Amino acid sequence: MSGTPRIVIVGAGPAGIRAAATLVEAGLHPMVIDEGHRAGGQIYRRPPAGFVRPPEELYGSEAAKARALHALFDQLAEEGRLTYRAGSSVIAAHDGRLHVLGEGGVQAIGYDRLILATGASDRIAPVPGWQNAGVYSLGAAQIALKAQGVALGRRIVLIGSGPLLTLVGAQLLKAGADVAAVLDTSSWRQQMRGFRGLAARPIVALRGLALRARLGRRYHAGVKLERIEADASGVTALLWRDAGGREHLTPCDMIGMGWHLRAETHLADLAGCAFIYDEQWRQWLPVTDGIGRAGNGVYLAGDGVRLLGADGAEIAGRLAAAACLADLGRPAPSVGADLRKLTRLERFARGLASAFPWPAAMVRTLPDDAIVCRCENVIAGAVREGAGFGGGEANRVKSLSRAGMGRCQGRYCQLAAVELVAAQAGCTPEAVGRFRGQAPVRPAPIGAYLREG
Amino acid sequence: MITEGRIVRLAERARAKERFFLDGEMRGALAGDTVLTAILASGHVLRKSEFGPEPRAGFCLMGACQDCWVWQEEGPRLRACSTPVTDGMRLRTTPPESWP
Repeated sequence: MSGTPRIVIVGAGPAGIRAAATLVEAGLHPMVIDEGHRAGGQIYRRPPAGFVRPPEELYGSEAAKARALHALFDQLAEEGRLTYRAGSSVIAAHDGRLHVLGEGGVQAIGYDRLILATGASDRIAPVPGWQNAGVYSLGAAQIALKAQGVALGRRIVLIGSGPLLTLVGAQLLKAGADVAAVLDTSSWRQQMRGFRGLAARPIVALRGLALRARLGRRYHAGVKLERIEADASGVTALLWRDAGGREHLTPCDMIGMGWHLRAETHLADLAGCAFIYDEQWRQWLPVTDGIGRAGNGVYLAGDGVRLLGADGAEIAGRLAAAACLADLGRPAPSVGADLRKLTRLERFARGLASAFPWPAAMVRTLPDDAIVCRCENVIAGAVREGAGFGGGEANRVKSLSRAGMGRCQGRYCQLAAVELVAAQAGCTPEAVGRFRGQAPVRPAPIGAYLREG
Repeated sequence: MITEGRIVRLAERARAKERFFLDGEMRGALAGDTVLTAILASGHVLRKSEFGPEPRAGFCLMGACQDCWVWQEEGPRLRACSTPVTDGMRLRTTPPESWP
């Protein structure tokens, strides 16, 4: 390899920024490609220029971390110590080359080492009626508030389970939104099961409880979600049952939904990474060694490989860069302290996973006419039929039912579809497998390719 | 009615005003709005689903779900959640008829 290796980092969230800074410190000049217009990722997402709320208002207890990451990245970019490609999507990875979709079309960029810090998005389970206008992910509700200063409805109901459910509810209330109810499908008993793990980060756990307390009587644990009602302009109400089985119809014009996170792994798949089914997170995750090495010059960091949250992503970013440096035969920072921290975060994350689980039973009992794939309105009945027809294999069912073939490429239906197939075929979700990744991982206009070279 | 949209502006209301056109009708926006924010500040939906009767108004707001596509009058579509609105922008909720 020549003296200056071409290192490309995909993603400018906490993991990508720390990876970039570690490489720069070692005297290298990485390229950072990110879809955002300003570095920060989703959790530390920044509003456009001209917005005035300070980080304390946007990120609460995490403001100092956000401020530090933003300042660090801006400085490295300004001083020209890295090449920053903002507003650009990596849509394919093959044979040491990335296809990058930006304003000028698609450009091929070669790399010797690739660090993927692609993050995660909401893990979604379908609820009958979720295709209607006014139903958003919890992440969307938070992005709208942080990056635009808006609520996505006048009367809001949040549903799902996980730390984001409580956090988004508390943030919306604080900003003055009308939050009618925050409905957690995890029961109190289930939440106590995660207690031992959550004790690994007592301050974070207590902060979560304090946020929960702010929700007051809006918060209900152990609910059953029946259906979302809507008229021609969107959502009008949510029908649900409380833990005691009592039925409630809560009028609302916006619903935010999410069950923790789903790792964004399409590029890891295209880059040739191996995957393993993670029983606790109920999803397929790319395989790496302890510090993010996936083989073939590919490294993974952050929520796109292990769902440890922003603090874990910062650490994993540093580790992945250290692995990369070591493989290049350059002096690498020591990893011992970071690895110990990561172990503690891992224990906490496992606690979260068991306290706020994927609602497998809810998905398995979806009515046949409920929509599973929101892109093409594929119903649960069609997925079950596909499994009956083609057997319990994810890609067979995908081609028979079209679930996962829509324009989001399975990001929001895959886990539910696999759960339905497993139930139908009488096997485990692991045995059903996962949808194969396909390039381009974002829809790209044909014209973008025509402008190339 | 210009003030009756899906979105409620809770903060950052002191930005410069901008105008854009949706299906030929003039609408107001604030500098820094995404196309999604701008359209839903004065309306309830972005587009119709091609596969069902219900309208759509976006879902993930991070460029992953592709639910928020709208069209420019000159043809190409854009993702409303991740495209900033610009003064004088001309948008459509349906594809232009001459567009292949």
